Amino acid sequence: MSTSWRFFRFASPAAFYPLAGMLVPWFGVVAAVLAAVGLYLGMLRAPTDATQGDAYRIIFIHVPAAWMSMLLYVVMAFWAAIGWAFNARLASIVARAIAPTGAMFTFLALWTGALWGKPTWGTWWVWDARLTSELILLFLYAGFLSLVSAIDDPRRADRAGALLAIVGSINVPIIYFSVKWWNTLHQGATVSVAAAPKMASTMLTAMLLMTLAFWAYAFAVVFTRARAIVLERDRHAGWAQASVRPPASAAAPGMQT
Amino acid sequence: MSSTFVVLVARDLRLAARRRIDAALPLAFFTVAVSLFPLGVGPEPQMLRQIAPGVVWVAALLAAMLSVTQLYASDLSDGSLEQMLLVPGGRIAIVAAKAVSHWLLTGLPLALAAPLFGLLFDVSPAALVALVASLVLGTPVLSLLGGLGAALTLGLRSGAVLLILIIVPLCIPVLIFGAGAVAAIDAGQSARGHYSLLGALLIFTGLLAPVATAAALRIATE
Repeated sequence: MSTSWRFFRFASPAAFYPLAGMLVPWFGVVAAVLAAVGLYLGMLRAPTDATQGDAYRIIFIHVPAAWMSMLLYVVMAFWAAIGWAFNARLASIVARAIAPTGAMFTFLALWTGALWGKPTWGTWWVWDARLTSELILLFLYAGFLSLVSAIDDPRRADRAGALLAIVGSINVPIIYFSVKWWNTLHQGATVSVAAAPKMASTMLTAMLLMTLAFWAYAFAVVFTRARAIVLERDRHAGWAQASVRPPASAAAPGMQT
Repeated sequence: MSSTFVVLVARDLRLAARRRIDAALPLAFFTVAVSLFPLGVGPEPQMLRQIAPGVVWVAALLAAMLSVTQLYASDLSDGSLEQMLLVPGGRIAIVAAKAVSHWLLTGLPLALAAPLFGLLFDVSPAALVALVASLVLGTPVLSLLGGLGAALTLGLRSGAVLLILIIVPLCIPVLIFGAGAVAAIDAGQSARGHYSLLGALLIFTGLLAPVATAAALRIATE
């Protein structure tokens, strides 16, 4: 009884709000430290690539961003589905809080990919299967974000968003393979992104550190955003008003009602 | 369940027959959209032949997306949607009937009219057959997915643009294999693989989209 009580206690917005508030600075610090070490290893210690020179170093931003963009979509769909199935408000709030960060990482992956493609392939963009499906992932995030923001009633917004996220995550593999086959049919891509050379262990370490840094950053930002949504939705609840106002004993005498 | 389905399809077709201009709008949009491309890219027959499958397919996709916004909207505004949802026999029959009537009113006419536009683009007879076949297989998927979008965006401000934004990414596989079938015939290859994949998409969407659409209707009308 007591274990399940402790676990589900934080599904209540009133319990989540202070816990998340306490965790956010820690995740922020972890993200900053890991990113500093990862960037140091990646930018200064990792060997220069034999064929690409120093241009490849954007990989330390690009690959972790691409991983996070895909992971966050799955996590978002998972929490949205939990929120819908079990009527858990906090899960839906977390799903909504994840979406902008996921879209940001998707955009970052596309942008750094373009910056990387220009010096190595000689073009900002190719209609390669991976690039195209990452672009479609950005559209899926945009669809989720615009659908939930277009619906005023939060309950309906959460559920409609959950349904769209589930349908989207079922479709992601179909889209990926169809784009892949489309690409081979067209024989268009002159460069294959898939041909990754074996990399030095320093590079791998730097990339993993950057991934963990992005992961901690995602936690910090998602919790911050989720706290804001929780406060906004529970603004009439006593705990929310108490948590943003000073306690009655500390307030000036004239303020007491 | 089956009687609900038949009654609803017959009702939608009868309503369309009484508003013939409204029913012809998707086809008119398709005509105008397809005719814009030669004006935009130039009249060289070689180029037109090459872009024809993609142009026809993209125009068909947009025509389906624009027309599907009205699928539930008028029934919602006059209250008949809520009455329909009270009918025993399930929402699945309702959303399936809506998707089928939408396809009969837009997808099928587009598929039948497509050869005319193929001729405008100097497409070979074999590729014309492939164009019709791929549209017949692919447009039901557009109607099913569009129905899902219409249920999700029911009664929202700027629902039409929103529907296009959320549903078009899901339609990309159909576009790829639909236009790809015609391109394969043009290139002298077999299109059987494309037809099989379109058929697989149709079965998959036909099984899952009505369930999702019924859930979306429940969310929207609760």
